[in-house]
Amino acid sequence: MAKKLESTLINMILSLVLISMTMSAALAFIYLKTKGPIEIAARQKEIEAIKQVVPDFDSDPLANRMERNGVVVYQLNKQNSTAGFALKSYTDKGFGGHIEIMAGFLPNGTINKVVVLSHKETPGLGTKMTNPDFSNQFPGKNPMDFILKVKKDGGQVDAITAATVSSRAYCDALQRAFDTFQSISDSISVKQ
Amino acid sequence: MGNIKYLTNGLLKENPTFVIVLGTCPTLAITTAAVNGIGMGAATTFVLVFSNMFISLLKNFIPDKVRIAAFIVVIATFVTIVDLVMKAYTPDLYKALGIFIPLIVVNCIILGRAEAFAQKNDVVPSVLDGLGMGLGFTLAITLIGSIREILGNGSIFGIRLLAEHASTILIFVLPPGAFVTYGFLIAIVNRIKSKLNI
Repeated sequence: MAKKLESTLINMILSLVLISMTMSAALAFIYLKTKGPIEIAARQKEIEAIKQVVPDFDSDPLANRMERNGVVVYQLNKQNSTAGFALKSYTDKGFGGHIEIMAGFLPNGTINKVVVLSHKETPGLGTKMTNPDFSNQFPGKNPMDFILKVKKDGGQVDAITAATVSSRAYCDALQRAFDTFQSISDSISVKQ
Repeated sequence: MGNIKYLTNGLLKENPTFVIVLGTCPTLAITTAAVNGIGMGAATTFVLVFSNMFISLLKNFIPDKVRIAAFIVVIATFVTIVDLVMKAYTPDLYKALGIFIPLIVVNCIILGRAEAFAQKNDVVPSVLDGLGMGLGFTLAITLIGSIREILGNGSIFGIRLLAEHASTILIFVLPPGAFVTYGFLIAIVNRIKSKLNI
């Protein structure tokens, strides 16, 4: 067996420098190789979510993308008229903190469909916000005349039993999406 | 043939999860579903095999006084590789495992095997040891994950065993369920080991 290097200062420096440099080179190589696929995977995920919440469209979903106060807005067209909007909204009022949703609106502001992208709610209680029992009460409603608050707070939303906080958070995220939608719908041209 | 014992060592006799009881943090945290166990196990096995291999190759080149620093650089490199590759090709699994992929760096199984085995042994036994330990870890956390998924969620590998809204023992997918399951399994494994006298 070869003799182990002595722990002299010069040996230690040399050994660590060489190891670090080799490993950095290896990492740089892997980083370059995976950069493309990582971007594609992230984009694919966003497109998937957008497709779920907005009906038929044929434009590139990422072409008309803007950001307002942390909410990402995607404008979607079908044959040069506006098919709808997808808004990636969020709230920090969840029982487990941050919740991200993708909300689809028709050009007139009616909710088309909402999906939860990520959450940390309690399994079996707050997680029921992804169940149709709860989420099906939103599509077809326009937040202009449908108050996005749980009934306990004077709104029109049926809260999930034993998960009022999660229900409130869901409404908060959706309200934020709608507010953003309203603030931008004046500034962008909705082609009919 | 003498090398085969390094491979089987990690499966039961020195199972990293049930016998050495190392790396319990990811064990408890990510085992809410069986598939997470397999993903985490595969990632850890990959890092273990390659870090053991490199550390064994470099063992004469690394002066004793800086060995931990050198080991960590090697381990962190492979963890970052796993992190990037999973992010690129298995985004769903990557999301489920979350912070625990980067945290493989500080998983004591990996540094433990580098320190206790790879730096004293040749390449082939080190690779086999890494593979055995990795498989032992994978088996253990997949088992915990399966039990917790069946009891807490009524499904296994995402396939439902019960009706959609059947009530399940929710506590098993919550943190306390991890401790309960883990404790019972350690007891059972110890019992089996003493029966078999290994």
